[in-house]
Amino acid sequence: MTAVAVSHDQDQGPAPAVRPGARHRPSWLGSAILLVGAVYCLLPIAWVVAASTKNGSDLFTSFTFAPGTGFFENLGELSANGDGIYWRWLVNTAIYAGVGGALSALVSGISGYTLAKYRFAGRSAIFNVLLAGVLVPGITLAVPQYLLLAEVGLTDTYWAVLLPQIISPYGIYLARIYAAAAVPDTVVEAARTDGAGEFRIFARVALPMMVPGLVTVFLFQFVAIWNNFLLPFIMLSSDDKFPVTVGLFTLLNQGSTVPALYSLVILGSLLSIIPLIVLFLTLQRYWRTDLISGAVKG
Amino acid sequence: MNTPATEGRTRKGTAPRGVPYLFLAPAIILFTLFLLLPIGYAIYLSFRRIKVSGLGLGKNARTEIWAGLDNYRNALGDPELLGSAGRVLLYGLVLIPLMLGLALLFALLLDAPRVRFGRFAKLAIFLPYAVPGVIASMLWGFLYLPAVSPFNDLFGAAGLPEPDPLNGGSVFFAIVNIAVWGGVGFNMIVLFTSLRAVPGEIYESAQLDGASDLQIALRIKIPLLLPSLIMTTVFSLIATLQVFTEPLTIRSLTNSISSTWTPLMKVYRDAFSQNDIYSAAASSVVIALVTLVLSFGFLRLVSRQAFGGENR
Repeated sequence: MTAVAVSHDQDQGPAPAVRPGARHRPSWLGSAILLVGAVYCLLPIAWVVAASTKNGSDLFTSFTFAPGTGFFENLGELSANGDGIYWRWLVNTAIYAGVGGALSALVSGISGYTLAKYRFAGRSAIFNVLLAGVLVPGITLAVPQYLLLAEVGLTDTYWAVLLPQIISPYGIYLARIYAAAAVPDTVVEAARTDGAGEFRIFARVALPMMVPGLVTVFLFQFVAIWNNFLLPFIMLSSDDKFPVTVGLFTLLNQGSTVPALYSLVILGSLLSIIPLIVLFLTLQRYWRTDLISGAVKG
Repeated sequence: MNTPATEGRTRKGTAPRGVPYLFLAPAIILFTLFLLLPIGYAIYLSFRRIKVSGLGLGKNARTEIWAGLDNYRNALGDPELLGSAGRVLLYGLVLIPLMLGLALLFALLLDAPRVRFGRFAKLAIFLPYAVPGVIASMLWGFLYLPAVSPFNDLFGAAGLPEPDPLNGGSVFFAIVNIAVWGGVGFNMIVLFTSLRAVPGEIYESAQLDGASDLQIALRIKIPLLLPSLIMTTVFSLIATLQVFTEPLTIRSLTNSISSTWTPLMKVYRDAFSQNDIYSAAASSVVIALVTLVLSFGFLRLVSRQAFGGENR
């Protein structure tokens, strides 16, 4: 398990090119199947790019993938809708996912480090209870979470969406695996011999060594919060606190009576997935899925 | 992971006793507040109900009382909940083999030595993971609308009857398709990464023995992938039983989806449209229990099947 977790990047595994089979002719059937899969996955994204350029009437009349001329018109209408509430939704989403993901990575980091590097009474019991949290159907918690937060008057606040998503059993699990592999006991010991305090050892010595693993935890939690619909949908009632998913959902619902709103929903969908796609492409090497798949082999 | 030697060494460390608990405090507090407490509260509520005295008017006419197993009896006898549970089980039976089968096929092809376009296909198939379920449902929902859909243009041009995936029974498959689209890439990457962790010599010796690529895939790679396949199945199972976002979004575009189409949609309706948090709590507890029983049941079943015979 450990050896897998520290391998650097999925693309640096054993190279297939050196296997003897590489000398043979390419497999066209295999390549064709992969291409069909790629086209299937890109189809809705290609469509939303084309459709965002169409004005309301083109949308239902012109050929699906033909570009229109209404992009800037749509952009103007989207910005004008509800005094630019769409941009507010995007900022809210960035706050929920960014702050929530960062706090989650930090809490997972210190917990994973503690579980990997200290021996103390109750260590395995605490770990097992936290780990069982992975199997708890998170979404079924949303209703009792709502009722509890309503008791303390926190519903319809940023906290209601932020706080429940900081704790990530899966993130703690990943951080523990990563800390066990990336932070050598000898380094912790040496720091201790030098007289450093325990928190200082974590913050100055262990944390920097855990950064690549914690970026992975951050990314997972960032995407999970960005994708989470039910929790903000239940918790929030005022639209200036909505994340973009809940906002667009309400627009779509109004669209069944006002079809002109469909153009706004389409452009809004496109603009909302661009930041995530950019994050994906730039941080590609941090998608340490070797952590996930390696983890089950132990 | 920790050899006895390293354990012994850490024990020598001079860390003050309370430090580990202090470091774990944020996680333990948040876990208690946002997991344990809601679970306990849901269980508590599931045994309560409102008693209305008189006409239900006045200040003290509505009181919360102990209900015993009434809410559970109602939930388990509720045709709407049973109907939605049956629908979601069927949905899982179609979705999980299809999604994981495709993910496995793509992962094996990406790892096969003679296949082209691997980098491009890997990225393209992984990309839907970046698209939230609501947005994915909106994009597909529009592609399903006959007035917008490219498939209807194509079918029309070929003189075939135009499909209408949003109406009647086909809406079931329309939603399966959204889930496959959103989930296949992530599972593919997990399986592909596990394959890459296998040392290449295993394949080389198989090739020297005259095994074809297909034989290597079936006899060596798939058995090696079993632990990853089991994990992806369990996670898919948990996600499937909680399906909510996709049908709720598609509901805006069609009349074929009821407000209780999936168990979680029924919980939502009970709790927030009908203000009956007690039966919503009972249904939540039942869904959570079914999820746990199915996950553990599956894990036990496959660990017997997959690993029980291996040490013979």
